[in-house]
Amino acid sequence: MSGKPRLTYINGRGRMESIRWLLAAAGVEFEEVFLQTREQLLKLGQDGSLLFHQLPLVEIDGMKLVQCRAILSYIAGKYNLYGKDLKERALIDMYVEGISDLMQLILMFPFSPPEAKEKKIATIAEKATERYFPVFEKVLKQHGQDFLVGNRFSWADVQLMEAILAVEEKVPSVLSGFPQLQAFKTKMSNMPTIKKFLQPGSPRKPPPDENYVATVMKIFKLD
Amino acid sequence: MSGKPRLTYINGRGRMESIRWLLAAAGVEFEEVFLQTREQLLKLGQDGSLLFQQVPMVEIDGMKLVQTRAILNYIAGKYNLYGKDLKERALIDMYVEGMADLYDIIMNHDFKPANEKEKDLANIMDKATNRYLPVFEKVLKDHGHDFLVGNKLSKADVSLLENILWLEELKPDALAKFPLLQSFKARMSNMPNIKKFLQPGSAKKPLIQEKDIPNVMAIFH
Repeated sequence: MSGKPRLTYINGRGRMESIRWLLAAAGVEFEEVFLQTREQLLKLGQDGSLLFHQLPLVEIDGMKLVQCRAILSYIAGKYNLYGKDLKERALIDMYVEGISDLMQLILMFPFSPPEAKEKKIATIAEKATERYFPVFEKVLKQHGQDFLVGNRFSWADVQLMEAILAVEEKVPSVLSGFPQLQAFKTKMSNMPTIKKFLQPGSPRKPPPDENYVATVMKIFKLD
Repeated sequence: MSGKPRLTYINGRGRMESIRWLLAAAGVEFEEVFLQTREQLLKLGQDGSLLFQQVPMVEIDGMKLVQTRAILNYIAGKYNLYGKDLKERALIDMYVEGMADLYDIIMNHDFKPANEKEKDLANIMDKATNRYLPVFEKVLKDHGHDFLVGNKLSKADVSLLENILWLEELKPDALAKFPLLQSFKARMSNMPNIKKFLQPGSAKKPLIQEKDIPNVMAIFH
């Protein structure tokens, strides 16, 4: 074993992508195992690797962690991306949870029927521009700092960056009313670890396509 | 202002109940504001009290916290219900997140149309008895301690008790196959703060009544 964290999922974004982002932003190299059949998933469940028979799974520091938020919180805590005290942590949690509600729409989008897709994109655009992005635009404007919380890079900045790029893939002009977020996006893109993650050949996964949807349906038997 | 945390939600369980449970288990008294109309919710959103225009909202230590998990994590951290280090926190988070998945389907059960209720209940019990409860039965069996993590009360124990009790309200024999969870339930119910919370007159909310459902739906759309 190499000592690097090992991520088990399918070869696509899904619920593992935020974890890839955070590890990458923290400058942590990791290995990946990609499941291709349902049998592989069931086998992992049977051998006790998956606490609730679900992915993502991250093996790190001798633990087999499941549940995205548990994994992300552990990584954030370990690599000092979780603020300096309980109150900063509360702010980071609040921001991350809000963004994750928006990301949930993105996550579910590939699975909506073709005739519903246009409406879904409109919903994503509406929620982003009316509920979520204004909050972070205001936070950045009010304190005038580069990062969302405590004048220091945190999990909240990584999550916001991921969300901005994911929404832009669907709604290219989404940041047009948000100058602070545009500047934030530029700054984040230039941070060495994030810059590296945004380059071709990194562990960053491409947007979901039909192949991804088919693989997910087959392996996870979504019910 | 009294200095006590102040909770803003509807007069019902929903996404605020876990927070009531955790504060009660920590022995913290709190005040509650109950929304009764959509207009009240919208007004709160307009005056800047709700970061993402949503409740639950908890005013605590000078902050207006929203997002259930952020609130629970803050309370757990403040009142030492979050383990002693990062690894214990990871275990607690893992257990709580698993239970949150179960809690979501339990919470939504009351809002299912009558003709779907039976199937929904069967699904809940299937997930509970085959996916979630066995995990915690095994955790308790493997270490033989009273509490799930680190031999100390944490938000994982409070969450498990809350879920167990709600499951039993839906199906009284939900714990039939889980002897260690039965004794866990008995032990936890006898802890002074929790015992007090389980008594009539406490802040614990009853199951929603059929007649109140339309109003709740109207508030949240």
